[in-house]
Amino acid sequence: MSFLEQINQYDPAEVGARIEAMGQADVERALAAERVRPEDLMALLSPAAAAFIEPMAQRSHRITQQRFGKTILLYAPIYLSNECSNGCLYCGFNATNKVPRRTLTLDEIERDARVLHEQGFRHILLVTGEAPAKVDEEYLAAAARRIRPLFSSISIEVWPMGVDGYTKMVEAGIDGLTIYQETYDRTLYEQLHPFGKKRDYDYRLITPERGGEAGLRRIGIGFLQGLGDFRTEAFFTGLHALYLSKHFWRSLISISFPRMRPAAGAFPPPHPVTDPELVQIICAMRLLMPDAGLIMSTRESAALRDNLLPLGITQMSAGSCTAPGGYSDEDDAVEQFAIDDDRSPAEMAEMLAARGYDPVWKDWDEAFLQTGSQP
Amino acid sequence: MNDQLIIAGRSFNSRLMVGTGKFASNAKMVEAMELSGSQIVTVALRRVNVDNPEDSLLACIDPAKYLLLPNTSGARDAEEAVRLARLARAAGCEPWIKLEVTPDPYYLLPDPIETLKAAEILVKEGFIVLPYIGADPVLAKRLQEVGTATVMPLGAPIGSNKGIRTRDSIAIIIEQAIVPVVVDAGLGAPSHAAEAMEMGADAVLVNTALAVSPNPGAMGAAFRKGVEAGREAYLAGLGEKRDKAEASSPLTGFLGA
Repeated sequence: MSFLEQINQYDPAEVGARIEAMGQADVERALAAERVRPEDLMALLSPAAAAFIEPMAQRSHRITQQRFGKTILLYAPIYLSNECSNGCLYCGFNATNKVPRRTLTLDEIERDARVLHEQGFRHILLVTGEAPAKVDEEYLAAAARRIRPLFSSISIEVWPMGVDGYTKMVEAGIDGLTIYQETYDRTLYEQLHPFGKKRDYDYRLITPERGGEAGLRRIGIGFLQGLGDFRTEAFFTGLHALYLSKHFWRSLISISFPRMRPAAGAFPPPHPVTDPELVQIICAMRLLMPDAGLIMSTRESAALRDNLLPLGITQMSAGSCTAPGGYSDEDDAVEQFAIDDDRSPAEMAEMLAARGYDPVWKDWDEAFLQTGSQP
Repeated sequence: MNDQLIIAGRSFNSRLMVGTGKFASNAKMVEAMELSGSQIVTVALRRVNVDNPEDSLLACIDPAKYLLLPNTSGARDAEEAVRLARLARAAGCEPWIKLEVTPDPYYLLPDPIETLKAAEILVKEGFIVLPYIGADPVLAKRLQEVGTATVMPLGAPIGSNKGIRTRDSIAIIIEQAIVPVVVDAGLGAPSHAAEAMEMGADAVLVNTALAVSPNPGAMGAAFRKGVEAGREAYLAGLGEKRDKAEASSPLTGFLGA
């Protein structure tokens, strides 16, 4: 059974109502549970849980320290292209936005990659839009092969591929896949994606499964906070993560918490998520998935990121630029979204150390991949 | 309440499976089966003549009431287990098989390597395979990957009546499994069965505790209640020990600022 069949058994409105109806006793039980079940997750995401945010944070903190120690893995995105044929209403790279388009050549990619390598990064995330005519599987594989000697782990956040495509990516040295459903609400999804290949909700939903089948070792999911009601969105994200961890048990599942930021085309988030709500989501996910990677990007402010640090986060980006060529060029193309925390990687590492955390730059090795250059 | 155990698409009302070994008489065995409410009964292929409808043990098991689950008990390696399973099917048994590969004749602990090997072969041949295993979560995942219908981790060595000594590992198996988890072996008292069900096991299998009781029928009824109580408690949601209350807000104080 794919996750599609599982989610189709739920009526989102009914899930929303059940979450709203959770009371103090439900939250207390969920907080004390040895293993958080789907009903407990509902309680942890409910309005009633707002009064338990500190105990949730305490538990989340304890679990995270026990499983991960005082470490934060640092990574950086490289935007390879902002070409896109999709019409996602909330995205700065939306095909209808009149912004300068750019796709990096292999040499340009290497130039950005070298800057990040110099800064200390060994975990890298390659990002593109969806523009099959200009940016295809061969391009991405060639990019990965070019920069592979510089990094120990390469992940992708690009268009959804078939199992064949992901197998090609693994062969090119890519070990991780990030793919956000954006919203698990089918109706809202269709409204927000008026045209383009991304309009296919089902195909996108089972993308992580195709990646897992192809043998990608890290699979990251998430919903774009601000689009739909965060409680039901986070509930389905949790179910999705649980499903993936059971069915693709050799892969590490991670969850990201992207919150909508101002972008070109200025789409106001229909359901903005507040800071306390963001904390509630992070802690609920940690209680549900003690071993999952929880990722915080530079979309959030420096002050907030510092405060979120002990709550369950295990991985952070640093010094990010969301424009293609942005690391090595002065006059870069338009950004996908504005970042907030603009501290340099060195400043981030310093902050982490000052707070008693070990900044981890390398936590993988290409030797793990069968296609590694080793004999 | 519609809370059925589903294995390989087949539904059962009872979550208690029983074995047929060690009973003082067939009459005692039948009484225990009846009062346990069980619908799945396992029989060691080495003990019966599967191709003889007059076999005294098989004749006691009403196929309308029970799914006869032949087991490969006594097999020392994959080859022997596969041969036994094929013989059972050739004799007209349904293609269900409880896979037991236990080369060690003392504790009867299952051989993980031979069990996985045999499971792979039997699944390919169309058997519905229920493997008896040590409580090893990775082995459980490898078995469900090759297509077994359940996993059956042991609570303690067969016949030991010691209860769930592998609790932490079984908890991990239950958390991660995508097939039903049946706790098999070592359950000596109804409270042990209840404990397994409270943990979220899908079913349990009991034999020795019934067979060696002075009153197997009454013990069957007691296990039935234990299983039902544990299952109902699991579904209702158990309260847990509370963490110490935290008065201050050192981690989330920033939100109120």
